[in-house]
Amino acid sequence: MEDAGGILTSKYKQSFKIMEKRELCPDTFFYAIEAPFIAKKLEAGQFVIVRPNDNGERIPLSICGWDSDKGIINVIIMSAGRTSGEINAMNVGDCLADVVGPLGERSHVEKTDGTAVVIGGGYGTGAVLPTALDHKKLGNKIVGIVGARSENLLLMVDELKAACDDVLLTTNDGSIGIEGFVTHALQKLIDDGVKVTSVLAVGPVPMMMAVCKMTEPLSIKTWVSLNAIMVDGTGMCGACRVSVGGETKFACFHGPDFDGHKVNFDELIKRQKMFVEKEKEALEAVSK
Amino acid sequence: MADLSNKKRMALPMQEMPLHPGEERVKNFEEVPIGYSDEMAKQEALRCIQCTKPGCIPGCPVGIDIPAFIQLIEDGDFGGAVKKIRETNFLPAICGRVCPQDKQCQLDCVVGKKNKPVEIGSLERFVSDYERDNGGPVLPDIDPDTGKKVAIIGTGPAGLTAAYELRKKGHAVTCFEAFHRPGGVLVYGIPRFRLPLDIIDADVAFLEEMGVEFVYNMIIGKVLTLDDLLKKEGFDALFIGTGAGLPKMLGIPGENANGVYSANEYLTRIYLMNADKFPTYTTPLVQGNKVAVVGAGNTAMDVMRTAKRLGADVTCYYRRAREQAPARTEELHHAEDEFINWKFLSNPVEIMYDENNKVTAIKCEKMRLGEPDSSGRQKPVGTGETFIDEIDTLIFSLGCNVNPIIPSTDKKVTTNKWGIVMVDEKNYMTNKPGVFAGGDAVTGGSTVILAMGQAKVAAENMNKYLKGEIKWGEANVPDNPNWPGIVWDKPKPKKAATQK
Ligand SMILES: Cc1cc2nc3c(=O)[nH]c(=O)nc-3n(C[C@H](O)[C@H](O)[C@H](O)COP(=O)(O)OP(=O)(O)OC[C@H]3O[C@@H](n4cnc5c(N)ncnc54)[C@H](O)[C@@H]3O)c2cc1C
Ligand SMILES: Cc1cc2nc3c(=O)[nH]c(=O)nc-3n(C[C@H](O)[C@H](O)[C@H](O)COP(=O)(O)OP(=O)(O)OC[C@H]3O[C@@H](n4cnc5c(N)ncnc54)[C@H](O)[C@@H]3O)c2cc1C
Ligand code: SF4
Ligand code: FES
Repeated sequence: MEDAGGILTSKYKQSFKIMEKRELCPDTFFYAIEAPFIAKKLEAGQFVIVRPNDNGERIPLSICGWDSDKGIINVIIMSAGRTSGEINAMNVGDCLADVVGPLGERSHVEKTDGTAVVIGGGYGTGAVLPTALDHKKLGNKIVGIVGARSENLLLMVDELKAACDDVLLTTNDGSIGIEGFVTHALQKLIDDGVKVTSVLAVGPVPMMMAVCKMTEPLSIKTWVSLNAIMVDGTGMCGACRVSVGGETKFACFHGPDFDGHKVNFDELIKRQKMFVEKEKEALEAVSK
Repeated sequence: MADLSNKKRMALPMQEMPLHPGEERVKNFEEVPIGYSDEMAKQEALRCIQCTKPGCIPGCPVGIDIPAFIQLIEDGDFGGAVKKIRETNFLPAICGRVCPQDKQCQLDCVVGKKNKPVEIGSLERFVSDYERDNGGPVLPDIDPDTGKKVAIIGTGPAGLTAAYELRKKGHAVTCFEAFHRPGGVLVYGIPRFRLPLDIIDADVAFLEEMGVEFVYNMIIGKVLTLDDLLKKEGFDALFIGTGAGLPKMLGIPGENANGVYSANEYLTRIYLMNADKFPTYTTPLVQGNKVAVVGAGNTAMDVMRTAKRLGADVTCYYRRAREQAPARTEELHHAEDEFINWKFLSNPVEIMYDENNKVTAIKCEKMRLGEPDSSGRQKPVGTGETFIDEIDTLIFSLGCNVNPIIPSTDKKVTTNKWGIVMVDEKNYMTNKPGVFAGGDAVTGGSTVILAMGQAKVAAENMNKYLKGEIKWGEANVPDNPNWPGIVWDKPKPKKAATQK
């Protein structure tokens, strides 16, 4: 058993080498990682699970792009704690111990004569990008909405602009775009008479909740990507249990995208906090 | 000694496997049995009367020549004994530790009629340890390269066995594993105090030495489909050994409370991800002081004994009686020696939790045993009376359904209504040409040795298939959704077992 950085004797051993790393905003980086077999199979909305080193934890990361020919996958990582921090401390040329995927189901896209909207917050802006491109391929009109606290925290805007017919920016402090939340931008679209037929929202849970609260009375189909805590990502452990329409689903296997109007967000938020004490401890252990 | 009469042999006392005492062992993850000394092994071997029609061999799913290896132990030829086992079983160190001998070979050992049966498992363990301490196993003869390529999917006991058998026949073998290390449930299910890691790794290293290639982080079905393997990657045949890894829950209220785990999640966090060595290893586990474990099978015993080692007060909740607990007798005894609390005839009906979604209590209905059902097992019936116990962690240990990834990504691989992969019961071909399956994937959760036994038969037939001796068209794959999966009926003991 050789480590990922060792001699790659087999054609099936992927190096998981970091080929490119770019800071998008403070503590948030864009990566290109060598994973040729995964790159050949990715579809919009899917994710990978990464273990940075042999002592590391497995964490899920959404895919924001890939190049099948070059064998490269793209992810965006925001430092949230120990493991994401460990990866963000790695550099071009370093190898991740493990990357597995593609995981989860493809995002739902349908041909529509109305407008499809993708909404991203944080790393979610990258995560919705491949789905926006899927809509484009189908010939759908597609509008992107990106939210952040402030202008300097907006990311992937140019990429999203290239994929969408129009992109609306929102910042909480009004430093650029519409002042407020992504829901304000969505409201504006609707007020302007745009016929929104589907929404995909990926980002922090409160953002996804707010979007669903708004679209439900309007009966706009709304998909959300659920960031439940995961271990294997293949349906083997059940850590990622979420309640959808009163039924237990595994976010990794049945999702990650679900009908947002049926999701029990309250339970999700609480389940995400299951390990907070331990997470603090893990982080403190590094600074020692 | 050879002139010892059978009557005297059968009256000799059984050599009890020495164990670390309960008080000590609950403080660490060291292996519980200490192992026989050379002398003890020879003494135990004396108890075997070398039956002409042994009851033990039909009870062994891979048909080890048990009296022959025991005779070699009696003769002091420990190396010869392990070679004898290796003729049919290439994982003696693992099987000697985890096989349910009490339900297999030892069940119909004639010595067990009046005395305790010969400790076949302990003897197997003994000679495998002897081998490891004395230079390790010798590589088997490997047939000249056939030019054929096979892919093994999953590296649990089924996959490892298929890899071994097919490599011996001269085929090029590549094993694809979804996780970052090999072993399957041997690693992320069975605890270290029953099966140390270096034993599994030694067996994998042995396969590597034989020229078997291992590739990790490859979820077949996702990263490469079966068709990719067969058509693009040039594999001539595939073996599916992906196990039964879909945890069952009860479907009672409160199951998604924080602090409620499936056995799979709990054991994986600890034994695959090393959460017990947190924060050196960064995968977390939150376990409180009052741990409830639901179920009383082998998995439940493993979970309880693990939770105990991590310092908790552990209680088993099981809706039937102790006598009906599906766990191996030995495992039940070991758990009983480790200060577990038992609540038999207690059927969990609800999990209670607080405003932070944190589990606080378990509510159970008291049961009593009713009329025997068609299988003769007394059915538990509700009494209507309930009780509530305060707890802070709950682990469901109810077994698993079959992992759906491969069948869900290749519709040609058919399954029964419970997700078990349908195969021809004789040659283990699936409904897809060139694709065979074995292990928990075709049984829905069974044992290491049965997984190995099936993989052996599958590998034999794969070899024939690769040589063109059998064709896929001859496969007789069930199509009834109620097909129960592969079931192993232990052959009925021959009446003649005692006759000499
Ligand atoms: C399907 C999915 C896609 C995701 N995509 C991205 C992405 O593209 N970019 C990105 O930066 N982040 C993404 N995340 C979130 C990312 O996985 C977490 O930020 C990361 O696991 C945090 O780990 P940590 O050790 O750095 O922080 P910790 O301090 O351990 O955790 C911080 C918070 O992250 C969450 N978290 C912790 N461990 C896990 C875990 N094993 N699985 C899931 N969540 C966990 C918890 O809510 C926790 O409170 C995604 C999560 C999911 C489920
Ligand atoms: C806690 C516990 C204790 C047990 N104790 C005992 C015992 O004492 N004695 C005994 O005989 N049996 C015991 N068993 C049962 C025994 O472990 C199983 O019957 C046996 O491991 C089955 O072997 P397998 O090779 O079919 O599957 P597994 O051991 O489950 O291995 C399957 C492998 O396939 C991999 N895989 C799955 N899907 C894919 C995919 N799509 N692509 C690539 N790889 C994949 C998995 O990661 C895994 O490594 C126990 C089981 C558990 C859970
Ligand atoms: S049945 Fe018992 S006594 Fe007879 S050969 Fe087997 S182990 Fe020996
Ligand atoms: S992460 Fe284990 S089942 Fe989803």
